Amino acid sequence: MRTVRMLAAAALAGAALLGPAAPGALADTPTPSATAGEEAGPTEAGTTFRTAAPFRPGQEATAQAATGDYLYWVFPADTGERPTVRATVTLPESSLRHGSATWRVDVYDGLRRRQACMYGAQSRTAPQAASSLELACVLRPVRAAADAWANDPLPGSYFVRLTVTGLPEEDLGQPFSARIGVDVSDRGGAYAADGALAAPLVPGATTAELAETEEEAGRRTAVEAAAPEDGWSSGWWSDRWIWTAAGGVLAALAGIGGYALTRGSGRPPRVPPAV
Amino acid sequence: MITRKRLATGACALLVALTAALLPTSASADEPAAKESPKVELVLDVSGSMRARDIDGKSRMSAAKQAFNEVLDAVPEEVRLGIRTLGADYPGNDRKRGCKDTRQLYPVGPLDRTEAKTAVATLAPTGWTPIGPALLGAADDLGEDGATKRIVLITDGEDTCAPLDPCQVAREIAAKGIHLVIDTLGLVPDAKTRQQLTCIAEATGGTYTSIHRTEELSRRVRQLVDRAADPVVTPVATEGARRCADAPQLKPGLYTDRETFGEHRWYRVDLLPGQELRASVSISADRAVNDDYGVLLRAVTRSGREIVRGSEAGDGRTDVISTGLRYPKPEAEDADEDGKPAAETVCLQVSNSFSAPPAVKTTPGMPVELTVDIVDGPASASDVASFGLGRGWWLLGALVLAGFLAGLIWGWLSRWRLAVWRTH
Repeated sequence: MRTVRMLAAAALAGAALLGPAAPGALADTPTPSATAGEEAGPTEAGTTFRTAAPFRPGQEATAQAATGDYLYWVFPADTGERPTVRATVTLPESSLRHGSATWRVDVYDGLRRRQACMYGAQSRTAPQAASSLELACVLRPVRAAADAWANDPLPGSYFVRLTVTGLPEEDLGQPFSARIGVDVSDRGGAYAADGALAAPLVPGATTAELAETEEEAGRRTAVEAAAPEDGWSSGWWSDRWIWTAAGGVLAALAGIGGYALTRGSGRPPRVPPAV
Repeated sequence: MITRKRLATGACALLVALTAALLPTSASADEPAAKESPKVELVLDVSGSMRARDIDGKSRMSAAKQAFNEVLDAVPEEVRLGIRTLGADYPGNDRKRGCKDTRQLYPVGPLDRTEAKTAVATLAPTGWTPIGPALLGAADDLGEDGATKRIVLITDGEDTCAPLDPCQVAREIAAKGIHLVIDTLGLVPDAKTRQQLTCIAEATGGTYTSIHRTEELSRRVRQLVDRAADPVVTPVATEGARRCADAPQLKPGLYTDRETFGEHRWYRVDLLPGQELRASVSISADRAVNDDYGVLLRAVTRSGREIVRGSEAGDGRTDVISTGLRYPKPEAEDADEDGKPAAETVCLQVSNSFSAPPAVKTTPGMPVELTVDIVDGPASASDVASFGLGRGWWLLGALVLAGFLAGLIWGWLSRWRLAVWRTH
């Protein structure tokens, strides 16, 4: 693994010097996208972690349910991305409701650990007259690796849970609809950490050996099934390569400049014109 | 990564065969194993109160019939559907007889739509509301095989057959570990009905809906039946021990267990050097619990040293509370002569800090869902930054300065050397 990464690094150092445009294309593993096509998101939501409805960043997942239900979706997030989860809840008719309701969106990682929101109204209270409600949660940027003891976001599946947390009891079980979307913004190399997981944090991920037997059996592995549109990135690319290479080039230029400065223009005055 | 996979497979072909044979559950962990088709039983209240004409100006019964007709038309092929009634036959006042009045109207199995519809058409609002006995009957109808099962209970009133608490009945059915979910629908429910139906739904991880219109009813029932058809992985029942030494050995997969308030449960997982253990646990609040709660998952060595823990706390209304941990075991320093390094036994301890008001029954315990995955270990990091590379204007400044100084010194040196060479 390490050797492969080092070789890749060496190859890239050359690539970065020769053509700064190329690396973007190299950034992804050549894994073909297994399920392309379905552009619209799911129209149903799951009710547990196990039944969470999968969707991809950019898609809009919708669901119709009854207040009090716990709705689950799952989406993939890869290294260097900072996902923003947005939820719009169309509340039941206000004539049916008896008071204000507090709604909440929670995000869990592939290990079902709750993930903190950096910004965004994760929880909001809708007054009785309101007809809809918007919630948002901006996650921390996803890192390639973290300590086993840390709770940092890692590449893998992320679960979204939407529910009402506080409402008058007589308002339970009324129909509402929800729309969920995820935007990802690329955070660049600032969060590019060293190290990499062997498999993203996807429920059901298995060792390479078992994954291989799955593949032989013609089944998609859990990791592939949960992958983003263009597959999981290998994680070795970051703009740190460009910064470092550019730094090297500038240092070389500055070196030439410094050298030229000591030479002055033409020959040094104390050296005789010809020997 | 791929290169590594190939290498590993090449070297451990034997191991592959061995593990594949040993771990059949994990091999199919994310795929629904070839299994029985899902079963759904619709349980319809046909008690006298269903005569009330308050759903779109029609009686509750005719709304239910209309919804059933639409649902029966839309049942997915693979679903085995059955219908059970409660309070359909005995119109009298004898409570004892009224509370036994539940029968299977249409057996759980491949659906004959016309036959099922005819059976539903014969129903007329009649008797009592024995919800508890009906749920028990429905659970019996569904059987105890490995299929996913769902009961959809449609009623307009609370149970009239105390002391058998339908909510407790539901919890006990769920505790049998037969993967059963009860969804409840209340037709124009009053406060007590709502309370009872939410309790039943909560006890089994189901949903509760209140219905005021016919279209809502048919849409919701259709949705619930479709949900039953969604393939899901059914977890394997296990029973954690009080100590690690007696704990059950878990292979990668999905497990369920029950844990009461303040109880600890232990499980064991074998981990080879160079592998990473990923475990997550969810504890469902399937009854009324106090507002603040938490869960703790610890990975402990056999000698009792804590390796890593995952913990989570929360407050307010919730369905589950969950946490997870990962433990990458470093590669062995010295590979054994026999080639296969010894596996470490990792003990997993699951504990919870739920509490409940004194009126709430503590048995059976709350449902615990445990997932165990074993993957290859992560690539070790030699630096905080990716490959130890730098980034930012300070880096550029430092490099430029260093380059400039180096150029300057080199220039001076070569001038000095040139001067020395000239003078000699």
